[in-house]
Amino acid sequence: MNLSASVKTLHNGGAIHLADIPLLNVDDLCETILEATDHGWRVASYFGVPEGDEVTLYAVLGYREEGIIALLRSRVRESFPSLATLAPQLQLFEREIWEQCGITPEGHPWLKPLRFLPHPRTGKRPLPGAMEQYRVEGNEIHEVAVGPVHAGIIEPGHFRFQCHGEEIFHLELSLGYQHRGIEAGVVGGPHPATLSRMETVAGDSTVGHTQAHCMIMESLAGRRVPERGEALRGIALELERLANHTGDLGAIAGDVGYLPTASFCGRIRGDFLNMTALLCGSRFGRGLLCPGGTNFDPGERQQGDLLLRVASVRKELTDAVNLLWSTPSVMARLEKCGAVSLGDAHELGLVGPVLRGCGGGGDVRQEHPFGIYRKKKIPVATAIGGDVHARAMVRWLEIEYSLNFIRELLEQLPGGATRSHPHAVSPLAPETLAVAFTEGWRGRICHVALTDLQGRFRKYKITDPSFFNWSGLARALRNQQISDFPLCNKSFNLSYCGFDL
Amino acid sequence: MVDMIIHLLLVCTMPPLLLGIIGKSKAAFAGRSGPPYLQSYYDLARLFRKGMVLSGTTTWLFRAGPIITLATTLAASLLIPLGNHPPPVSFQGDMILFAYLLALGRFATILAALDTGSSFEGMGSAREATYACLTEPTLFFSLIVLARLTGSLSLAGMLTGPLGAVWATSGASLLLLVAALFILLLAENCRIPFDDPTTHLELTMIHEVMTLDHSGPLLGCVQYGAALKLFVLGAFFIQIALPLRSGDGMTDWGLFIASMFLLAIVIGTVESTMARLRLTRVPQLLIGGSILSAFALLLILR
Repeated sequence: MNLSASVKTLHNGGAIHLADIPLLNVDDLCETILEATDHGWRVASYFGVPEGDEVTLYAVLGYREEGIIALLRSRVRESFPSLATLAPQLQLFEREIWEQCGITPEGHPWLKPLRFLPHPRTGKRPLPGAMEQYRVEGNEIHEVAVGPVHAGIIEPGHFRFQCHGEEIFHLELSLGYQHRGIEAGVVGGPHPATLSRMETVAGDSTVGHTQAHCMIMESLAGRRVPERGEALRGIALELERLANHTGDLGAIAGDVGYLPTASFCGRIRGDFLNMTALLCGSRFGRGLLCPGGTNFDPGERQQGDLLLRVASVRKELTDAVNLLWSTPSVMARLEKCGAVSLGDAHELGLVGPVLRGCGGGGDVRQEHPFGIYRKKKIPVATAIGGDVHARAMVRWLEIEYSLNFIRELLEQLPGGATRSHPHAVSPLAPETLAVAFTEGWRGRICHVALTDLQGRFRKYKITDPSFFNWSGLARALRNQQISDFPLCNKSFNLSYCGFDL
Repeated sequence: MVDMIIHLLLVCTMPPLLLGIIGKSKAAFAGRSGPPYLQSYYDLARLFRKGMVLSGTTTWLFRAGPIITLATTLAASLLIPLGNHPPPVSFQGDMILFAYLLALGRFATILAALDTGSSFEGMGSAREATYACLTEPTLFFSLIVLARLTGSLSLAGMLTGPLGAVWATSGASLLLLVAALFILLLAENCRIPFDDPTTHLELTMIHEVMTLDHSGPLLGCVQYGAALKLFVLGAFFIQIALPLRSGDGMTDWGLFIASMFLLAIVIGTVESTMARLRLTRVPQLLIGGSILSAFALLLILR
């Protein structure tokens, strides 16, 4: 669909001068967003930037067909119309804008804090978790509260179940316990610590987030990345995906009490982490990526070693995961558990393997290709059903594709430098907006940066895939057994700190 | 006298070892070396050395629960014959006492769980009570079948008598019974596919969730009680499924111990080769077990 001529579009990893983004009035902004979402555009980011008394709203929308990204902006003073009831994928963004900028989305049905930040105008800080929770009343209804401190070694988050016996009527999530102020910390930068901060946005998606940040830096500074650097980044990103998908398949098996796959996948996940360590010395890919390329360059010996390891792990992993698919008692647990329909998935703006498990696409590597994916295509894995089984199946298919991708890249790794002009870093373009999408293992990661007149970050907006997918988890659990919650939760395996930022 | 001492010794010392063997066989399937055979003993020793944390909302019921459960299971263990040897205590109709001692233990656990007022433990109690209702018919059908086949109303008479000969005459009925009792054994002891004793996910637990608030020595009582229950019901099952008799007292003890080890390996194998059932499917399998035992009864009534 063609948006009206007033809308500026660019491609993934592009930058645009702020003055070139037309300023719409707020009703036009809302109308355009609604029209776009009705026609298959997805809202990747929507945020406000306070400017004196006013707040400028920016909306970043992605369109799959032509790989274009649309930018909209508008200026508001006290309030703006809420679209949450018409386009539910916006509801969290509107709450975020309300919390961060102090302007009210008029007519929002669910206006509650996300991260319990101090009020931007009064400075009053709410207690974390202190908000009115949705309640179901009636005989035989009971409420189960889980967290924020959990039995396993996981991050903090509060879940409130409204149950009728063993059946869940509603799940409400309350996160924000790990808010670290990542976005605010980048403002005025890039600082020396900015790159390290970006590596920790979500610790298990280090490469995904760092890649997005590097793309922002490169487009603002007009730097190009040598082909070898792009290829190494691609290998690192796929290794990250492999490690996490393998860990997830193991955890899913563990949750249904199926020991062999759980144990083998737990170990093989470690093998993948060690392969990343072979590239850069860090099992999580810390310090590998930098604006302009990569900091490390594997020698012939490491490349050969990596190829060998990929081949041997492929065999072991195939055996371990095939055990899962061929055990009827496991399949009985995974099938029809926590299903989300494709319609709901689009409406909630779900991303990543969760969306692909419902039959949707939404793979940034194909729809908005970046880095090495511009030159070398990777197939998109989809499944039907939207249940735990489908999400597990998508993970397995992505594992197979990633293994092939890494092998082919390693066999024909481009030569040359891994990094462009290591010491001459050009300043960032002033008054510019840059957008970067990457496909982390959880789904689309979106970074948006705005620079001021001096070329420093004025606003840095990160949207982790978990931001969307937590709503999907709540949706998947409607009318499910409460005893199936841990299994559903594992099949989503979302990040708390990526949401809390 | 010697037999009685061996009986008491086995009851007191062997149950945690079964858990160790189950753990080792599961580890073997998973390609790991697993915790040592004696790990459960170390755990118990550690728990009994620890202090206790008691929630302010709990009463004496919470503290009494694990102790009553352990006491009833110990009492039940005195009624069950091990191998070909008569138990220390035996009288006509002791099978009813046996069944309800185990039920009383469960009742105490459920009360202690409800006493905490936690929503998790309430959920666990509801599940435990529901599944207990469904396993009780299996146990009683089995006892009736055994009583009719052996003409005895005491566990000693049923299980130490001529069971080998009964297998020859009513094998079909006993085979159904063995299947039903295996389901009972796994369900009562919270093993996969009914419950996962190693999970840390409180929303999926049945038995473990009821004891979340217990700590220190009380948790030690719970864990030892659970191991003992596995031992007692395992012995009951083994007597019927594998009535090996040599005639020599000491050899019989050896045979009994070996068959208990075998049972632990079988349980470990089942746990390694299948996943847990969805919670809604558990009652179906339990009712299936009851029906099997009912058919066993029908077969011998003709």
